[in-house]
Amino acid sequence: MDLFEYQGKQYFARYGIPVSPGGEAETVDQAMTVAEGLEFPLVVKAQVRVGGRGKAGGIQLADTLDEVRTHATNILGMDIKGHTVHRLWIERSSDIAKEYYVSFTLDRPNKVYIGMLSKEGGVEIETVAEENPDAIIKLSINPLDGLSLETAAKWVADADLDEEAREQAAALIVKLYTCYVEGDCDLAEINPLILTTDGVVRALDAKVTLDVNATYRHPEWEVWSATDTEDEREAMAKEKGLNYIGLDGSVGIIANGAGLAMSTLDVVQQAGGTAANFLDIGGGANADLMTAAMEVVNADPAVRSIFVNIFGGITRVDEVAKGIIEALRRVDITSPIVLRLDGTNAVEGRALLEPHLNAQLISEPTMLAAARRAVDLAAAPKEG
Amino acid sequence: MSIFVDENTKVIVQGLTGGQGRFHGVRNRDYGTKVVGGTSPKKAGTDVEGIPVFANVAEAVDATGATASFVVVPPAGATAAILEAAEAGISFIVCITEGIPAHDEARCYNILKRDFPGTRLLGPNCPGIISPGKCNIGITSGDIALPGGPVGIVSRSGTLTYQALHELSQQGVGQTTCVGIGGDPVPGTNFIDCLEAFEADPDTKAVMMIGEIGGSEEERAAEYIAHHMTKPVVSYVAGVTAPPGRKMGHAGAIISGSQGTAQAKMDALSAAGVSVALNPTEAGEKMVAIVKSL
Repeated sequence: MDLFEYQGKQYFARYGIPVSPGGEAETVDQAMTVAEGLEFPLVVKAQVRVGGRGKAGGIQLADTLDEVRTHATNILGMDIKGHTVHRLWIERSSDIAKEYYVSFTLDRPNKVYIGMLSKEGGVEIETVAEENPDAIIKLSINPLDGLSLETAAKWVADADLDEEAREQAAALIVKLYTCYVEGDCDLAEINPLILTTDGVVRALDAKVTLDVNATYRHPEWEVWSATDTEDEREAMAKEKGLNYIGLDGSVGIIANGAGLAMSTLDVVQQAGGTAANFLDIGGGANADLMTAAMEVVNADPAVRSIFVNIFGGITRVDEVAKGIIEALRRVDITSPIVLRLDGTNAVEGRALLEPHLNAQLISEPTMLAAARRAVDLAAAPKEG
Repeated sequence: MSIFVDENTKVIVQGLTGGQGRFHGVRNRDYGTKVVGGTSPKKAGTDVEGIPVFANVAEAVDATGATASFVVVPPAGATAAILEAAEAGISFIVCITEGIPAHDEARCYNILKRDFPGTRLLGPNCPGIISPGKCNIGITSGDIALPGGPVGIVSRSGTLTYQALHELSQQGVGQTTCVGIGGDPVPGTNFIDCLEAFEADPDTKAVMMIGEIGGSEEERAAEYIAHHMTKPVVSYVAGVTAPPGRKMGHAGAIISGSQGTAQAKMDALSAAGVSVALNPTEAGEKMVAIVKSL
């Protein structure tokens, strides 16, 4: 789960990482209330999960309440790289002397943690990595060793952070590491980490990705899950417990298993079509799950055909077949459905479906044949 | 021959008395796997369809001489179960549990590496391992596999592993061993471990490798293949059409920036001399052609 900046800062604050005082707002009125409780000058920041907010005009300085009103009005509803701004974060403006970068994430090849620290913050770290790779000082951390204040102190010196920032930066970095590990983050990044003109080090931005597998031990994440999904289709799927990602095409996809679902997207493209979604119904594909999946895919107005690709392992194909029949009874499916059913009990499953097959429910023997059929149907002119 | 397991491998099931543990443990036993026991702290002394239940792994090992373990324990207790098995002297652990926090996996992996270098972990979040006709530890349906070799399969994805087995078995091409390494960010066993074992196994004549988006394991495997593999490798990488920044089901399957794309992986594999297929069916066809020409 990717957090918005304001959520990331709230999370940082729990771990004692210094951030500027501020508040969130979803309306202009809320923005005014937040601003009244803060000391000017303020900065009004669009909350979107995409870089380049500043350039797009999504970050504005305000010296007065009137300016807060103007900026809040302008920024709310603004489109930044395809993301609509629904929320603002308003905080005390900082006088920046220096901008640094620090992050922790998993070093997958080496199966340890990797910290990255740079005195060149405030720009995309990928740009620094390309143009001046020596400016990024990497630190490999074994999860069993952790990060001590001594190591952090040496690290900030190695990265050549300004003398006056080092002590505070080292302490902050240890807290960020704690947040990364104990807070179950996949990524904890501060860019920029700033030194103010009056010598204070704090996080000016927050980029945090939480590991949803750890949700069970973080009740404090609950408040953020509501803002996690903005795509209406994804929100509906999430409510039904489905693993769904909305895409732009016209062939709706229902498959079991993440790999097979990904592969289904690929073969649809190879057949000349485009997938409307990724949807993995997982292991126990029963009637309820299949009905839910059909409902979600069917609700997408862009969908012109539905490709159900099932390889029974633990999932028994006869159960899937019952699920499809039940789903057809419960949901009025507007697009033709192409089935490819293989694996455990496939023969029984196909036999169950046989009497239900018609122009709107078609069975194909292989994944490729089914993909071609689904793509053809999606391209055909819509009847009625 | 087979890799990592064979017809003599004795297996215990951690979590045998749970719904999933019972289902898969009994299914593996019925396939012919030597499932010699299970563990459950509260149900020691009972049995599950004739499989004796012990209080802990150490007691199970003492009583049965098991060397392998099948961990079917919910996410919150899974890494503790893995470490318990390692401490009891188990040398091969298969963990199918999905949804273990990444930090738990990272800690568990590094403890195994530091304290139990002789123990191999397969998974977590994997379908397991099957050596057709000999041993099946995990959730793969035994009837889609065909004994006799000569193909070794290694895969990051569950259902695509079944698909690969099915494509080959349908054509009458058997498998020596099929290993599902799982789609999590910190897998205990990676592609290279399996490629190395297949290269050393005299009965395996060719290898099928199924990858997916995310990480750089396929690229690393490509480098290994280029320098160390003499046997032909066919590969398929799922997720050519996956959008960046979205987790495609598996915790590890995510394209971040320009890292982890299917195309980059396919290019690296092609450059290493691997025959790269665009879909699972084509991978099966390419492998059948290779086996026929052997």
